[in-house]
Amino acid sequence: MQTNLEAPAKEPRTVGEGDAIRLADVRRTYRGARGPVEALAGVSLRVRAGEVVGVVGPSGCGKSTLLELVCRLQAPDGGELAAEPAVYMPQRDLLLPWCSAVDNAALALRNRGVARAEARRRAGALFGELGLAGFERAMPHELSGGMRQRVAFARTLLADKPVLALDEPFASLDVITRQELQTWLATTLAALPRTVLLVTHDVEEALLLADRVVVMSPRPGQVVAELEVDLERPRVRTEPALVALRARALEAL
Amino acid sequence: MIAAPLILLALLGGWELYARLGGVDEFILPAPTQIATALVDDRGLLWDNLTVTAGEVLLGILVALVAGLLLASALHLWRPLRRAVYPLLVASQTIPIVIVAPLLVVWLGYDIGPKLAIVALICFFPIAVSALDGLAGVDPDLIKLMRTLDAGRWQTFRRVEAPAALPAAFSGAKIAATIAVIGAVLAEQAGSSEGLGHLMLQAIPQLETARAYAAVVLLAALAIALFGLLALLERRAVPWARRARTEAR
Repeated sequence: MQTNLEAPAKEPRTVGEGDAIRLADVRRTYRGARGPVEALAGVSLRVRAGEVVGVVGPSGCGKSTLLELVCRLQAPDGGELAAEPAVYMPQRDLLLPWCSAVDNAALALRNRGVARAEARRRAGALFGELGLAGFERAMPHELSGGMRQRVAFARTLLADKPVLALDEPFASLDVITRQELQTWLATTLAALPRTVLLVTHDVEEALLLADRVVVMSPRPGQVVAELEVDLERPRVRTEPALVALRARALEAL
Repeated sequence: MIAAPLILLALLGGWELYARLGGVDEFILPAPTQIATALVDDRGLLWDNLTVTAGEVLLGILVALVAGLLLASALHLWRPLRRAVYPLLVASQTIPIVIVAPLLVVWLGYDIGPKLAIVALICFFPIAVSALDGLAGVDPDLIKLMRTLDAGRWQTFRRVEAPAALPAAFSGAKIAATIAVIGAVLAEQAGSSEGLGHLMLQAIPQLETARAYAAVVLLAALAIALFGLLALLERRAVPWARRARTEAR
């Protein structure tokens, strides 16, 4: 394994007490066309370093707002938020159509001033690990949806941030590809452990991947339930314990 | 695509019949075949003047491209400048170039200076505005993504915004190519001793009407060639834009 991927935390740890993310009564309100829209109404959440936390909820429950707050793309209106540096992976792959797969993956390295050849070398080293070997020089339009999402994930990993903020990473894929990539992500996270905040509307996806699942209410978003997913990995969709947890999560929704 | 040449042929045929059989004097309206004859007979004269006009057009577009793209980038990167300059940019387009052209000749003289200025003035606006729209239209999620990937303002501009705005900039340049020729002729007619605009101005009082029409044909060909050249460049430079369009269909 690449040593540069084993130790992602170059920036100072700000949270402390073994936590990677800590939110206490965080509020966020937008100015809408018809008056203020309350996206988050007092969300409290702790994510321990190395933990994978799934956040599920109906559309418009402020899940994406939560991720953008953690990534410091916006600031909360109230409450306290502390988070280690996080990288954002949006729902659409958003690969640059004018860059090859490996250059897309190496974007963060290039932004940090790594020379092109060295950035390609480091990104290319990860490609084998992620099942992308041989596709380094492919242009995004030559890749399938699932492969594009893998490249997007490589780009996220190579940002070298302690926290990965995944915003419905597989929502735009067909069911078969989605299931394949869920299994792939579970394997990848087992090999390259990270702190992950995974937002999804797919309860099963959260249960397959996460150590803990947080259920949010419709707008204004609040945490209404937390489920520990204390199951062996690799997990199977159909195992009774997972099905039972799924029923509990759906009930909370 | 087959229909367009057919319509053109029918129009030319109708024109030929009207000019030949309608009792119209050749000095008033020459027939297409007479214009074709003038193209061949006066080819030396026409070519010399075409190269002058083509040079003005090409250089003028080049000046407009550099100035337009630089201004668009500056206005995009610096919001206060955009707020201050954008309304002026739009207002400047209400000034009729036809009327300003002779004044520019008075100021800048008889050589290539005023021609470049007028072509560049006409072409500058579509290029700058299209490029600015292209820069502003970049997917906001992509900008957010770049921020979490440690990109500074300049890196986001260079790696994401500028390439993403290229198709829009090309659209602006193609519009500019079609009007650049008009600008060059206008400038030549305002004061010049060479170029196709000057040639037309001389041919009409000499009753060489077919020669004047031949000049018009060459001017149209010049504009089409420029447009085609830009379209070709666009296909080479931004292959992904064409793909996105065909996929959207």
